Amino acid sequence: MNMIKSMSKTTKNNAITYAMVIIAFAVVQTMVMTGNITSLMNGLLVPLCTYVILAISLNLTVGILGELSLGHAGFMCVGAFSSSIFSQLTVDVITTGWMRFSLAIILGAIMAGLFGFLVGIPVLRLKGDYLAIVTLAFGEIVKNVINAIYVGIDEAGVHFSLQDVTSLGLSETGLVLIKGPRGITGTPKDSTFVIGVILIIITLIVILNLMNSRTGRAIMSIRDNRIAAESVGINITKYKLLAFAISAALAGVAGALYAHNLSTLTALPKNFGYNMSIMILVFVVLGGIGNIRGSIIAAVVLTLIPELLRSLNDYRMLMYAIVLIVTMICTWSPKIKELRERYSLQNWIQKKKHAKEVV
Amino acid sequence: MKKNLLKRMMSLTMVAAMALSMAGCGGSAATEEATTSDSTASAETSEGGTFKIGGIGPTTGAVAIAGASVKAGAEIAVEEINAAGGINGMMVEMNYQDDEHDAEKAINAYNTLKDWGMQVLMGTVTSNPCIGVAPEAEADNMFLLTPCASAVECIVADNAFRVCFSDPNQGAASAQYIVDNGVADKVAVIYDSSDVYSSGIYESFAAGAAEYGVDIVETQAFTSESRTDFSVQIQKAKASGAELVYIPIYYSDATLILAEAVKQGYDARFFGCDGLDGILNVEGFDTSLAEGLMLLTPFAADATDDLTVSFVEKYMDKVGEVPNQYAADGYDAIYIIKAAAEAAGVTADMDYSTICDLMVPVMTEITVAGLTGPAMTWEASGEPNKDPKVVEIVDGAYVLMQ
Repeated sequence: MNMIKSMSKTTKNNAITYAMVIIAFAVVQTMVMTGNITSLMNGLLVPLCTYVILAISLNLTVGILGELSLGHAGFMCVGAFSSSIFSQLTVDVITTGWMRFSLAIILGAIMAGLFGFLVGIPVLRLKGDYLAIVTLAFGEIVKNVINAIYVGIDEAGVHFSLQDVTSLGLSETGLVLIKGPRGITGTPKDSTFVIGVILIIITLIVILNLMNSRTGRAIMSIRDNRIAAESVGINITKYKLLAFAISAALAGVAGALYAHNLSTLTALPKNFGYNMSIMILVFVVLGGIGNIRGSIIAAVVLTLIPELLRSLNDYRMLMYAIVLIVTMICTWSPKIKELRERYSLQNWIQKKKHAKEVV
Repeated sequence: MKKNLLKRMMSLTMVAAMALSMAGCGGSAATEEATTSDSTASAETSEGGTFKIGGIGPTTGAVAIAGASVKAGAEIAVEEINAAGGINGMMVEMNYQDDEHDAEKAINAYNTLKDWGMQVLMGTVTSNPCIGVAPEAEADNMFLLTPCASAVECIVADNAFRVCFSDPNQGAASAQYIVDNGVADKVAVIYDSSDVYSSGIYESFAAGAAEYGVDIVETQAFTSESRTDFSVQIQKAKASGAELVYIPIYYSDATLILAEAVKQGYDARFFGCDGLDGILNVEGFDTSLAEGLMLLTPFAADATDDLTVSFVEKYMDKVGEVPNQYAADGYDAIYIIKAAAEAAGVTADMDYSTICDLMVPVMTEITVAGLTGPAMTWEASGEPNKDPKVVEIVDGAYVLMQ
């Protein structure tokens, strides 16, 4: 008890976040072990982990760095395709599943981080909305390139084409890796719930520690007042790039997790386009900008809602949108905020305490 | 500064949410007509118990027409079967779930159906989701029959079968038809390179053309982002002197291509695949533009056999539209499941794995007379054996060609 009391507020907050993830994991895992879980929930576990990682990583850019990024799905796409290709190539060489998958995840993270760095170099020197515009374009470019490109490999090396499979000119033993709009099929199914949760915890460790470090404070100072930060000698471009590249790399991790959960991987607007980027942004905004725990909860709740509403048939997606709008109003409207403060549990407890003291 | 940022994000998110809701709306509006009854076709209790068929297809999103048509077609079949006493005395119950044409959502739908107690899967309707669901069904040993997922990878598993032709089958059959009937010597192709269906058929058509000796003089591609203007593609096709334009695409794009060809005074013939089915029902489309359009399809709504006539009548009553090939595939799928279940002696109390073990071997033995083929049989690979039909549009109606 004393230990908890003597903790600083941030430590306590972080501990709650970790505890929340671990307790949720323990509960769900017990349910899985004892077979008390529906197939739907069981199938949703890995996607949930993917979306949680995406939401946390985008919160680094949007909440901590204070820049708007509309291309998070693009980085996820880079991570997904690079890790998926790696897994296909090494599936015969590295037979230990977890080792191959770890390497694939690391590769996905590095590739996505690299693209984040490259996109960030020209853009993050500028002020204003440029990052939003460029990342939006980046996401669409990645999606379209993957839809247009054909990649194959045989003993002569790697073949590229922008036309069709036959123009690759592969030898008979050749393997087609990316089949244009048909994407990649047959990625080994390496993703599991346990790996997903481990990745969430790694993501949390990276981001929470970054937030509470010297670097994190520098990044937040840029968000709060760029001129003041510049005046105390903070290298704005460097810190912005750092935060943005880490955010992109973590999106790559989520992409790898996503790719190894499905046997088909295609770059549709639905999963790697603008829609997905906005979905992730919705998780972040509804969870609370800069609030990591909120992002986790929002990602889980908003992914579950459309699935739990399946009984509504055709009105499912309509209801989902209404839920989003209502949540948004409840979170942001000043009047409702006032109302919430007046009737909050915390106030009520405090009032009671106060009343007791007075008596 | 910060407040501004928040405001901006908030408005953006609002816009996004509205866009999402619009997408949902559009889909629902399209399907609403199609689903007058509840998605779970009701089944009265009977002595034989109920046989639970799960269906998966997109009833919202960009290709909602395909999913909704299959659903309506399948519902008609279920009602007919139940009225006639069911399968081996079992009443049929169908639960049809939306997958939004997305592999991840399709797996969610699959798991939802498993929780519901599905014994046989009729789906998924579109190719990509099917590639995602097929390994799950294989791992569970769930019998899978897809009405119209045409990509090769959909049915690689032993327990997966399909009603429609595969993409390679359609492309090669088109090339063969063009040569055998002397339709044209010089052919131009316009296809959607961003679409699995279209590029799959194109590739097999190109291979088939080389084999049968069709001269492809021009190949033009477009993508889902550039599907509003086809003037360049038509110009190129016209300049190449092609007598026939092969368009293995969906009907929505074909309407624009046909209009553009008339505008440029290009009087070549057009030839497409089953994706063109439904072109005459497009609202605001001048059907005279489609005059002479040929398409390779397993189903023609104008056929005069009793089965087609009664199906078209029921479908018109239920949905208010002339059924397309998707609806026919859905209808046939249910009857194929019925035939296989009867031959295998399936009972309602069996679990899905037992049913699958019983039904897979009989699939290669049964012969089903359906809307999309008078005597369909199946290979062990899951591919159907049936003859493709070519229909031509004459005076605003589909007419079967020989």
